[in-house]
Amino acid sequence: MILTRRTLLLGATATLAGCDRLARNESFREALFSAENFHKWAQRGLMAPDALAREFRPDQISPVFRANGTANPNTPAYKALWRNGFADWRLQVTGLVARELSVSLSQLRTLPHREQITRHDCVEGWSAIGKWRGVPLKTILDGAGLRSSARYIVLRCADDMGGGRPYYESIDLADAFHPQTILAFALNDAPLSVANGAPLRLRVERQLGYKQAKYLMGIEAVDSLAAIGKGKGGFWEDHAGYDWYAGI
Amino acid sequence: MDSPTPMVAGDVKRHRLSTRIWHWANALLLYILFTSGLGIFNAHPRLYWGQYGANLDHAWLTLERIPGWITLPGHYSLALSRHWHLAAAPLFAFALLAYMVWSLVNRHIARDLAFRRGELAPRHIWQDIRNHARLRFPTGQAALRYNVLQKASYIGVIFVMLPLVILTGLTMSPGMNAAWPWVLDLFGGRQSARSIHFIAAFALVVFFLVHILMVLLAGPLNEVRSMITGRYRVPEARP
Repeated sequence: MILTRRTLLLGATATLAGCDRLARNESFREALFSAENFHKWAQRGLMAPDALAREFRPDQISPVFRANGTANPNTPAYKALWRNGFADWRLQVTGLVARELSVSLSQLRTLPHREQITRHDCVEGWSAIGKWRGVPLKTILDGAGLRSSARYIVLRCADDMGGGRPYYESIDLADAFHPQTILAFALNDAPLSVANGAPLRLRVERQLGYKQAKYLMGIEAVDSLAAIGKGKGGFWEDHAGYDWYAGI
Repeated sequence: MDSPTPMVAGDVKRHRLSTRIWHWANALLLYILFTSGLGIFNAHPRLYWGQYGANLDHAWLTLERIPGWITLPGHYSLALSRHWHLAAAPLFAFALLAYMVWSLVNRHIARDLAFRRGELAPRHIWQDIRNHARLRFPTGQAALRYNVLQKASYIGVIFVMLPLVILTGLTMSPGMNAAWPWVLDLFGGRQSARSIHFIAAFALVVFFLVHILMVLLAGPLNEVRSMITGRYRVPEARP
């Protein structure tokens, strides 16, 4: 039996082509994508609700914190806010809440805040460690009074992802009320730069980078993700097929 | 392997059903995991040591894009590569766990994989290396047992390399870092774990190539048949 390199190559390519065809089959695709549910179930089962992401020492901070995704929203509305030092920026808290809120940056700065040196893990594979300062999301949600029907928190952002579609993400209440889930306005003891999401971004430390929504404009409490974007709960979930649960 | 029958020539039952099922499940799952893993790697083909690592940090290895004929899918899609990888990974991990437990229960480990008295003596190991180098494969009764190099590689793969590739994979998960913080300390950080994951995957490829070579040299039809049906024709003793 003679197996040449060529035969092996052809075999490998044919098998991979078979896998590709399989992945285009709708029900197989669904089965493949449902692994997300297993990982969410397994991880939530293995971790205590308040299990913390690793916090690092100051000497472990990355020399440069890589920025990714949108580097500058550059929309006229955002530029106007930026020119004014975000004095006119407000975080709109809406949806299934007892009281809708409109919070300014200076108001956020007066609220009790949390500092954490954590690792940011991009879905691409790289990591950067930075020191974040911000207000726990729980503080804002408690202030607005979440209704009992609320299941998810949707993050609305200022950056236009093309065709006037702003970035959006969502998390469930298990992560929204986690002690390390903060609305961060400072990175490494400096106000958040435009590349890293000025004036405010989400930190949800037990998930990957695309969940850490930048350029926050609003947070909305909802009971279902079906009406958000195309229904998968986030921009990349809707447009690239990323998992909504990004714990792995 | 079942306990060798007294018969020396002819067919014997060699591989248990559990071994055969696990073997072919692994062949498929490791193939999916390796090719989809290369697809994921293409999103950031740089490797680092330590807790963090991104473009402006020092990488110990930087590769060009891995070609499409060996990635799953064949075009660049980080989302699809991740779906394949994360769907196959738990199946692979739980299959290994089940196989380990079952092999302990049915005494496959104690009977066939554990080293026997005298096998680890340098003289015996040296003899085995010489036999391999001269392609003198055991015949008759001796062909029914794993030799010491075979045992060492199977033990190394089942109890070291495969658990290592699974644990380093889990160490890259921010969720698992919160659930099991000790994995970060075990491997010295997420980026170290990512590097070790990559190295372990290629070590498994080396095992696979040697494994295929050995099967080809030892008689591919008989070897492949024994892994499908379980029946193995005992090679006759050399005259």
